[in-house]
Amino acid sequence: MVNTIVSILFDGLAWSMFLFIVSIGLSVTMGLMGFVNLAHGAFAMAGGYLVLTATSTWGVPFLGALAITFVVVGAASVLFERALYARLYGAGELDQVLMTIGLTFMAIAAYTYFYGPLTHAIRIPDYLAGQINVGARSFPAYRVFLIVVGAALVAALWYGFDRTNIGAKIRASVDNRRMAQSVGIDVDLLFTITFAVGSGLAALGGGLAIQLLGLTPNFAIIYLVFFLLVVAVGGSGSIWGTLVGALVLGMSDTAGKYFFSDAGTFAIYAVAVLILLFKPTGLYGRE
Amino acid sequence: MKVAGALAAALFGFCSLGAASAETIKIGVVLPYSGPMSDLGNQIDKAFDLYVKLHAKDLGDNKIELIKRDEGPPSGANARTVVTELITNDKVKLLTGFVFSPSAIAVAPLVTQVKMPMLIANAGTAWITNLSPYIARFSFSMWDPAYPMGTYAATKFNCKTAAAAFTDFPPGQDSTLAFKTAFEKAGGKVVDEVRLGPPGPVPDFTPFFQRVKDEHPDCFYVFVPSGSHAAGVMKTYGDLNMRKAGIRLIGPMDLIPDYELAHMSDAAIGLVVMASYSDDLDTPGNQAFVKAWHEAYGPNSYPDFMSAAGMDTMAGIFHVINTLHGNLDDGAKVIDALKGWKHEGVRGPIEIDPQTRDIIQPERAEEVIKKADGKLGIKVLETYPAVKDECKVLKLGRCGSGL
Repeated sequence: MVNTIVSILFDGLAWSMFLFIVSIGLSVTMGLMGFVNLAHGAFAMAGGYLVLTATSTWGVPFLGALAITFVVVGAASVLFERALYARLYGAGELDQVLMTIGLTFMAIAAYTYFYGPLTHAIRIPDYLAGQINVGARSFPAYRVFLIVVGAALVAALWYGFDRTNIGAKIRASVDNRRMAQSVGIDVDLLFTITFAVGSGLAALGGGLAIQLLGLTPNFAIIYLVFFLLVVAVGGSGSIWGTLVGALVLGMSDTAGKYFFSDAGTFAIYAVAVLILLFKPTGLYGRE
Repeated sequence: MKVAGALAAALFGFCSLGAASAETIKIGVVLPYSGPMSDLGNQIDKAFDLYVKLHAKDLGDNKIELIKRDEGPPSGANARTVVTELITNDKVKLLTGFVFSPSAIAVAPLVTQVKMPMLIANAGTAWITNLSPYIARFSFSMWDPAYPMGTYAATKFNCKTAAAAFTDFPPGQDSTLAFKTAFEKAGGKVVDEVRLGPPGPVPDFTPFFQRVKDEHPDCFYVFVPSGSHAAGVMKTYGDLNMRKAGIRLIGPMDLIPDYELAHMSDAAIGLVVMASYSDDLDTPGNQAFVKAWHEAYGPNSYPDFMSAAGMDTMAGIFHVINTLHGNLDDGAKVIDALKGWKHEGVRGPIEIDPQTRDIIQPERAEEVIKKADGKLGIKVLETYPAVKDECKVLKLGRCGSGL
């Protein structure tokens, strides 16, 4: 039984970290601008394909490819933000949703054209492919790596958000955008920065997910539901909310699959519905 | 007028007969050409084209034209629409293809209504052939590999307990029931049946497999749709060190599609599947087939069990065209011409069962080995000749109802 709980906690933690890494950008942009970016999954997919091309075609080492992807997709997302998103900041939610879901479909079509519709696998370095022995148990090294990356990002984001000047400005803008603007904070610039970092993190998550889930152009949309659930459950605009949301959903998904395999894939939705019944704005959301 | 008509008929009788038989016969091909499962359609599509290329001369004066339409997603949501189009707009004489069972199930009432012969090249849910008298199947019933696998696991591997995991759609449920029926008949006990979610996206298999690992069954039977899921199964099995825990992974041939086998890690070595086909089969017909395939599609494209069924399906279509001299207007006659048809296909000797219109074929227990050239391949451990769909023999559930 102890063994069982350890494996659920471990697998659940790895899965939660993936959810967190991808969802954090979505949460912050939603909290900051109230912008519903359904193309967030497309940035994650783009990251996945960039990692794939970098490692298999250009021969870049896996970790280097992840870093490149974070920077390149983050930078590219600024173009989209300036050219497309900025026009719709004042628009209604329906307009935003329509544009971003349209972008997602275009991304799926474009990547299908260039990479084909089939699943791609990736060769990860040997030190991530094996098992790590801890006492009597062994854990897949890749999942340990995922947890470590996730934990490092939580620490870095916490520091950036809570201890730096720019983090304070972002928090102020999320709390009250008009007041923040009136004291001279350039919210648009802040938004561009957070959008870039968020998209870069999504791309990083996409790159990390290849080994976990495989990669197809549909990645942009099939896992989007999970990312939106994390933001809804955690409450938008909050690092801790996203982290707790990712942990709750990741753990309950894994435990559900383990204990109730007949209805296992449904557990994540049941938990989300239950939480939202009692906390409609999410666990850390403001009323 | 009558005289003139009779005269014209007498004069042109020969010509018109010739014209009728030289008409191009349109065949509707319904396969997934888009989406993440399109590799499955591709394997059959290539086989159809290859067979037509190799054997076009066998048709004499008749010509066939394959009209290809996208089957769409595994849910079968697109199949009825494209089949309606093929029948009403393209005026096809015969339908073939159908990778996903839900597609075949959705289309069955339609082909009964218009008496259109439907020759299934893959969809394996056992009771599909019961849904319409105009359906004949050239691929397999899920029971064909799964039932002998159950017997084999209990008698040859001496597995006392087994767990089964399956993708939760009709073929998965079918395959698991078949395995369980045979395994428990032979004295084993299935301790757990794990549903792996729907057939679309590849899930993270880890929690499901961890559950099975903690249950310590002797054998672990897994059914997933052939293609991208299979690599995930092998990876998770390897990651969780399940072999070291004494759990033997077994399954139908979908676990090691020939074109995926090359990319699988050594974790696959020792895996035993029940299969009607493998590239490595040592029969003259198969060696010629694999050679022709590589010549047509290059050294990095491999045929698999779906391609083999595709070749045999097209052989059946050619047989019907030649038997009926190119006149496929009467769907009932087409099906009659196929009943009891025997053929030495790439899988070995096959027959269409005259009672059930389903395939009778050999099944082989195949072990994954590392070949002399360092690549993964298979070794045949045992052959079960002339395997029938046991579900219809036992008349279980929906296999006993219908026709």
